[in-house]
Amino acid sequence: MRNVLISTVSWVYATLIFGFIFLPVAVLVLFSFQDGRLPVPPFNGFSTQWYAAVFADRKLMAALANSFVVALVSSLIACLLGFLAAYALARHKLPGSALQRGLLIAPMTVSYLIIALGLLTVLNTFGIPLSLWTVGVGHVVINLPLCFAIIYSSMGDHHINIERAARDLGASDFKVMVLVTAPMLMPSILAAFFLSVTFSWDEFIIAFLLSRFDVTLPVEIWSLLRSGLNPKTNAIGSLVFLVSVAALLLLEFTLFRKSGKS
Amino acid sequence: MFAQTLEQTERRKAWGFVAPALVWTLAFFVVPFLFMVAMSLWSRQSGQIVRAWNLDNYFAFFEKAALFKGLINSLEITLIVTVLSVLLAYPLAWIIAERVPKRFQRLALILAILPFWTSYVVRSYSWLLVLSKNGVVNQTLMTIGLVSEPLELASNRTATVIGFVHFFVMLLTLTIYANLVQLSPNYRRAAADLGANAFQTFRHVILPLTLPGIMTGAFLTFVLCIGDYVTPQILGGNNELVLPQIIMLQLGRRADFPMAAALSIILMLAVTLAYVLCARWLKIERA
Repeated sequence: MRNVLISTVSWVYATLIFGFIFLPVAVLVLFSFQDGRLPVPPFNGFSTQWYAAVFADRKLMAALANSFVVALVSSLIACLLGFLAAYALARHKLPGSALQRGLLIAPMTVSYLIIALGLLTVLNTFGIPLSLWTVGVGHVVINLPLCFAIIYSSMGDHHINIERAARDLGASDFKVMVLVTAPMLMPSILAAFFLSVTFSWDEFIIAFLLSRFDVTLPVEIWSLLRSGLNPKTNAIGSLVFLVSVAALLLLEFTLFRKSGKS
Repeated sequence: MFAQTLEQTERRKAWGFVAPALVWTLAFFVVPFLFMVAMSLWSRQSGQIVRAWNLDNYFAFFEKAALFKGLINSLEITLIVTVLSVLLAYPLAWIIAERVPKRFQRLALILAILPFWTSYVVRSYSWLLVLSKNGVVNQTLMTIGLVSEPLELASNRTATVIGFVHFFVMLLTLTIYANLVQLSPNYRRAAADLGANAFQTFRHVILPLTLPGIMTGAFLTFVLCIGDYVTPQILGGNNELVLPQIIMLQLGRRADFPMAAALSIILMLAVTLAYVLCARWLKIERA
């Protein structure tokens, strides 16, 4: 009897919370198919006109492309720098290594708004114009700690002997890193990379403050919001959701497969 | 002699590997931060930035009600959001960990955080669809005849809190669930053997053991919530501005960089203070 009560309460609670969690997303996706000008009830009928409108919107498509490029390039740089630093700090005894690790992780503890404002102050002082490059620099700053932490924590000591063996067989440091260490750490490098891509792809405040003429997708969506409730915003929002979930599944799949093998 | 030079070349190589990341962090994080600290001590007079060192911006913050109220609003909203999110997320995490069959737990968890992956800006916008005057909630209430006039649900503090809680319930469910599944079932058995009922077991055994997960999640919630500009800007209306909104106002309309820098540093101090409080509290609990 008591157990039945707990079960019932549990299910009711879970249903309510899941309802709360999914309500806005469901409304977003449903009304992206609205046949009418307002993405609110009543639902007038099914139409894909707003998706057509999104793909016909040059500015949105340009922003989409910009976001892809910024996310890929900044994540590549963050991963590369993070990997090199993790390799050096995990495999060599360097003076002040705890301080170095702390410094590399530090940006993680500071609000994006403050990182953006700091960079903006410097760029203004030196008269450097804002562009997608400055956005990319900001995104590397926020993603580098993440990449470093993920890759560093996966550099177990059990890999050292394999690297020593490679070196004994005459491989240079560079060769060891590219042909031995990197492949062994591929799951965590990929995890760091995809996580960076999704963070950069979705980041707003740095992209907003550090860009001017060419903008990324979240900034372009932000300016769409000025027109109020608009099914086109629903459509682009639903598309972004699908892309992100696809990226998430890809990450889950690659990691799952790799860990399943070993 | 030879060994020493070998070690030296090794060390030089290692420095070469770590240098790019260090230089990047120094150049684009530490230096900008120091610039911002310096900027916060300057001032802006008649459109020019005056490099006279003083604490005027910080004094102004405490003297001008509009600025100080921003911090109070930020703190109030952040505290409400953190407490509400923990209270709502804990039962869900518990249900997923204890009531959902093992093989469906991963699926339930992925479902619980799926809306996480809507775009950050779009997430707040979709709450606008739900809460606005002609939104889903109002239309439903009017259709079933509960209200005759649409309620003002968006553009106020409640809407901001709902938008935030939605996001952080997902985050906290994740951290608390991770903590719950790590607990050995032996704890519960031991408590039962010693005569504790379900509530006593929860109150004196499970809850204290999951406190680290709660605190980690709560601290993360605090940091992300207090620094956020987007959610209050879209959902909160113009009556009760939070600190990030006020910082953005300094940048936009007035181009008052020194003031924006000073307010950012105050925001950072608030976060640091929260960290100190959380850390101390956690340590006492552990001992």
